[in-house]
Formats: sequence, C-alpha cells, structure tokens
Amino acid sequence: MSTEVKQKESLFSKKNQRLLSDPFNDNNPITVQVLGICSALAITVKLEPAIVMSLSVMFVLAAGNVIISLIRNLIPNRIRIIVQLVVVASLVILVDQFLKAFAYDVSKQLSVFVGLIITNCIIMGRFEAFALGNGPWKAFLDGIGNSIGYGVILIAVAFFRELLGSGALLGFQVIPDSWYIANGGFYANNGFFLFPPMALIVVGLIIWAQRAKNTKLIEEN
Amino acid sequence: MGQELINLFVRSIFIENMIFAYFLGMCSYLAVSKTVKTAVGLGIAVTFVLTITLPVNWLLENYVLKPGALAWLGEEFVDVDLSFLSFIMFIAVIASMVQLIEMIVEKFAPALYSALGIFLPLIAVNCSILGGSLFMQERAFGTIAEAVVYGIGSGVGWFLAIVAIAAIREKIRYSNVPAPLRGLGITFIITGLMGIAFMSFMGIKL
Repeated sequence: MSTEVKQKESLFSKKNQRLLSDPFNDNNPITVQVLGICSALAITVKLEPAIVMSLSVMFVLAAGNVIISLIRNLIPNRIRIIVQLVVVASLVILVDQFLKAFAYDVSKQLSVFVGLIITNCIIMGRFEAFALGNGPWKAFLDGIGNSIGYGVILIAVAFFRELLGSGALLGFQVIPDSWYIANGGFYANNGFFLFPPMALIVVGLIIWAQRAKNTKLIEEN
Repeated sequence: MGQELINLFVRSIFIENMIFAYFLGMCSYLAVSKTVKTAVGLGIAVTFVLTITLPVNWLLENYVLKPGALAWLGEEFVDVDLSFLSFIMFIAVIASMVQLIEMIVEKFAPALYSALGIFLPLIAVNCSILGGSLFMQERAFGTIAEAVVYGIGSGVGWFLAIVAIAAIREKIRYSNVPAPLRGLGITFIITGLMGIAFMSFMGIKL
C-alpha cells in the first residue's frame, strides 16, 4: 500500500485490520480468551436482550478503551484498577440510564446484568492487556473488534436457544402453528433450552465446532 | 424470623446458586478450577468478601442511596434520590473492602495471606461479588441480617461449585476427550450438566 511508505501508519493499515478481525475467530474473547462469560450467558434466552447487551458492551468497551488509552500515562500503576473501575462504572451508568429511558422493557429483562458489565472480565481484560499500552485509535479498533467477537457468540447462543426453546426469533413465530402437536402436527418446543444450563452446553458445542475447524486452538489437556 | 433466614440461606446455596443459576463469577471459575487446592483458596476468599461487602452495601443502599434514604439527615433531604449512583458506589466499596481485607489479612494472618495469595486482588472484579450486591438491591432485603445470610449463602454456593468442578477436572485428565473439546469445551459442558443436576433443587418449596 502506498500509504505505508509514509512514516505515520494509515488508519486502516494491515495491522489495524488485524485488530478488528483477530477477535472474531483466532482470539475470540469468549471461546479462546475465556473473558466475559459472567454476564453473557444468563441473558441469551431470547435474541433481543442479547443484541441489546452486545451493543451496550460495544459502547462501554470502545469508549472505555479510548479513555483509558488517552490517560494511560497519567495513571499511577498502583491504583490503576480503581481508576479503570471508575471509568467503566461511569460509562455503565450512562448505558443503564439510557436503557431505562428508551428501552424500559429490555432494561427490566436484563435486570442486574447491565450493572454487571462493570465486572465483565472482557472489559478489564482489554484495558489491562491493550489500552494501557497502545494509542487511542488502536484501542478503539481493539474495543470494537473484541465486542463484535463477544456479540457474535452471544447472538449465536441466543439464536439457537430462542429458535429451539420457543420456536420464535426476535419474538416472531418462526415454526408454523400447524406443525405443533396441539394443532394436529408433529412438533413440540424443547422447553429445556429456556433453562440456564443449556446456555453452557450450547457454548460448549460452539467451542467444539470452532476448534474442530481451527485446530491450532486445541488445548493440551 | 429465624426460619426465614434459614430458608434464605438454603435457597441461596442450592436453588439460586451463583454459578449454576446466574453464571456469576464464571471467568475466575473457569480459570482457577484446574486443581482442587487453588479452587478451595479462591472459594474461601469469595465467601469471605461476599460476607463482608453485602452488609456494608446494604447500609449504603438503605441510608444513602435509596429514594428518601437520606431522611435521617433532616427534612430537606427527604426527596433526594441517589440510586443512579449505586453502581459506582457499590464497586468502590467492593474495591476498597478488598484492599482493606488484603491489608488486614497480611498483617494478622500471614499464613492465610500466603494461601489466598494472588486471589484477593482478583476478587474485586469477580462478577459474583457485585452481583450479590445488585441482587440485594433488587430484592430489597428488609434487615441487615438477611443481607449477611444471603452473602454467606451465595459464597458457600460458589465455593461448592468451584470445588466440585475442580475435582472433576482433575479426574477428567485421565479420560480420552475428543481433541477439540479438551480443556475449555468439556468444562462448559460439564458445568451445564451440573447445572441440570442442580435444577432438581428447584422443586423444593421453602
């Protein structure tokens, strides 16, 4: 690329593109780095809260990464955890108040899990591992990339759970009514998918599928 | 009263288990459950911190943050509603309590300190601690005793869960797991199966 001849790196150089695409597969925050599972699984019963959650995490992670990266040279090393927590907590308060004002039903469904974005390990993990050592633009891309990687898994899990558990997607009925046993058909929803443990098993199966394709991720034992 | 507290205790250990019902504290649960010894250390530390932070946050919620909670200051504070500050206050309390506990334990119980070691500072970002406080706020516990009992109960539940999975992971090393499922994948599936087992407690009416 011609722009790479210049001393300054272009905004979308190869290296920066990798920041966006890496967390998608090779370095996925949930299935490889094992970050951010805490608040992720409980809200995947339906597709809608999962999408709202992914967007909230994207906002908090991208904005927080930029803020931390801007003040990274001013934070004394000993108290950096507290500083990071204050930054995240203020951003999460913004998200929470916004959801309460404009999407009250979803905010009720998410209940305490909006607040738990604060302790979502993905956020502290990216601050520690990336934002403290890189410039704001890179930190922004890293935040977006990681939250997309997080959102993809969240939405995939919610997709399977809502489709198999209640036969609907985003609240719209997908399985035709005439298929159901009650209407003389052959089909019944698998109510088990609505229970929390199935989220774990679905994630386990996604990890299995991903690692079967991408064999360099296989663990020793 | 006593009976209600026992109910709450049993419910928070088994029926509303932090791990199996709400997935709180999953990150450290997955990362630190490779051997039973470290799992026991982290489990004790989490129980300890939950037991201390929940009553403190209960006091904060009821005497500072709740709408009208500042009435004890005087007439003009009756309308003040600071509940939007609760996230930042709770996490500040948790972070500083963890720091305080770390210092106290280091000074007075060096043996325990070396056993808990690196786990104490990690706990500030363990979701189950903040989750405990947020559930306390959502359910509006009436007395401080309930907050203490809920803290101990959810801590013990978390302790049980992490020790159980650590024991299983130590054994599973000897079995022939399909290669792509090794490590993380099988741990997820086992946790799911344990969660299904714990669901049988849901039938208990207390």
